[in-house]
Amino acid sequence: MVRAAGLEPVLLSMMDSALVVDGLRKRYGDTMAVDGVSFEVAAGEIFGIIGANGSGKTTTVECVQALRQADAGSVRVFGIDPQTDRASLRSVVGSQLQESELPNRLRVWEALDLFASISPTSADWRELLADWGLAEKKDAAFASLSGGQRQRLLVALALVNSPRLVFLDEMTTGLDPAARRVAWDLIDQIRLGGTTVVLVTHFMDEAERLCDRIAVFRQGRIIAAGSPQGLVDAHAGDATVHFSTDEADLSWLANSQGVERIDRAGSRVTVHGSGPLLAHTAATLVAHGIAPLDLRTERKTLEDAFLALTARQGGTTA
Amino acid sequence: MKALRKLTWIELKLFTRDPLSLVFTLALPFFFLIVLNGVFGNEVETDPAEDVWRGVGPADYYVPAYLGLVMSAIGVLSMPTRLASYRERGVLRRFRASAMPLWAVLGSQIAIALLTAVVGAVSITIASTLIYGTDLQPADSLAFVPAFALAALSFGALGVLLGSVMPTSRSAQGAGIMLFFVMFLLSGSGPPREVLTGPMKALGNLLPLTHVITLLQDPWLGFGWNTGASIIVASILVGSVALSIRYFRWE
Ligand SMILES: Nc1ncnc2c1ncn2[C@@H]1O[C@H](COP(=O)(O)OP(=O)(O)OP(=O)(O)O)[C@@H](O)[C@H]1O
Ligand SMILES: [Mg+2]
Repeated sequence: MVRAAGLEPVLLSMMDSALVVDGLRKRYGDTMAVDGVSFEVAAGEIFGIIGANGSGKTTTVECVQALRQADAGSVRVFGIDPQTDRASLRSVVGSQLQESELPNRLRVWEALDLFASISPTSADWRELLADWGLAEKKDAAFASLSGGQRQRLLVALALVNSPRLVFLDEMTTGLDPAARRVAWDLIDQIRLGGTTVVLVTHFMDEAERLCDRIAVFRQGRIIAAGSPQGLVDAHAGDATVHFSTDEADLSWLANSQGVERIDRAGSRVTVHGSGPLLAHTAATLVAHGIAPLDLRTERKTLEDAFLALTARQGGTTA
Repeated sequence: MKALRKLTWIELKLFTRDPLSLVFTLALPFFFLIVLNGVFGNEVETDPAEDVWRGVGPADYYVPAYLGLVMSAIGVLSMPTRLASYRERGVLRRFRASAMPLWAVLGSQIAIALLTAVVGAVSITIASTLIYGTDLQPADSLAFVPAFALAALSFGALGVLLGSVMPTSRSAQGAGIMLFFVMFLLSGSGPPREVLTGPMKALGNLLPLTHVITLLQDPWLGFGWNTGASIIVASILVGSVALSIRYFRWE
């Protein structure tokens, strides 16, 4: 797996930006669907957007593409203002919309051929057909495709104009586990080809696997942003280390680096803390002549960070 | 241009794959032709006081009426239903996100309307000639060809307008079927207009198909260009285009 070096937000303005969003707002009646969202995506980056249902992810990416009219805020896609220069925008952007279908009786190859004909920069759609596992379904009507096959066709359509920036809104929803992994590899390849990707997803493993940086949405705002590991470190909560011992007095363990709390239930011990807790705990235990066979840590994941972030009330803007 | 060509070709294929469109635009008018000609034959009524067929045989009277009926099936039924369903299912959104030009989307629809009108006209005229011995050609081709083009374009534009304002494909289909049958009965493609009662005639005068049939029938039967009908049909065309531009929505 190739991943660009961790891009810190500070460095971004010095680099080529694929996308700059500043103060984006969109209201539907009483709902502030998007409430002052700002972020920047560097060229060549895979930028993830995660957040609960209705947190404004789709509204944001569709406003950015001028498929919806934002109430306020500015957007630049490779320097292009989507509101005033749609034609230039469309020629650099590919888009897989969360909700869209094709005519029922349209065949797979016809769809690719048609969408390829719109843009002069189009890739060879036969390759996309093979890449996205649709070669066998070439002549199948859209209505006869399974959910995952439709999804793959729609992603292939998003890529058919060889975009410099592609928006994928829940790309792998409905895909089987094998197809998801194939999709991940394809996204890696697309990025290697120089395409910037904005990926909206509900799958934390997908975001962790693919994204260089992630923005976490809650109620129309970005409440946290950073690299997957950065988000885990900052928000996934305490690290924990587990082991068993018959030693009665463990009070000395509290002085070990990073340890915040020790829970005991019979011989089973759970150490809560922060930082490289496993390494420090192990060193301290060994120094006291204890070498438990079952010493282990629980790896915190993006999912832990996500749950912690989205459960919190009144989050702060990153 | 390439997109328009591709889209038109695909829409044509989709049209032939859609049984509902085929039935309403091609099969149903043909069925009406068989039934009505079977009932009325093609004898010219010699007593002018008794004549309701404009001085020609009923089968001759009906040929141009059915050409108009085919156009109306496209314009009020198949096109609005298709466009509304495209909007409802996000096909138009998909097109828009991929920079499919609006003129290609609408142009392909109009092209299909014209093509179907021509195919319908040719098959109905040939069938009627073979079965009932009606004329294979208009009496006044010079006037008929522009009349036909104007009428087909006008219903094409009306189809775009209805497809633009109908909220769902179901409402488009419901309204379309109703309009289609009301027009069939009151515009001179069912009972001849002469036998309609006053209110029926008045209502018929409000329907586009009535004027389209007059526009087609006059040159077909050799009565020349009908200026009144052509002005009305052209107004429908212009009005529909203007209102479509105003009300067309991608989603
Ligand atoms: N066209 C619309 N009309 C009215 N309200 C809307 C519209 N689109 C979105 N909303 C509202 O805006 C909010 C954000 O919706 P959005 O679709 O952006 O969420 P999302 O983060 O993409 O959710 P999901 O994960 O379910 O796709 C929701 O409360 C939604 O109900
Ligand atoms: Mg969404």
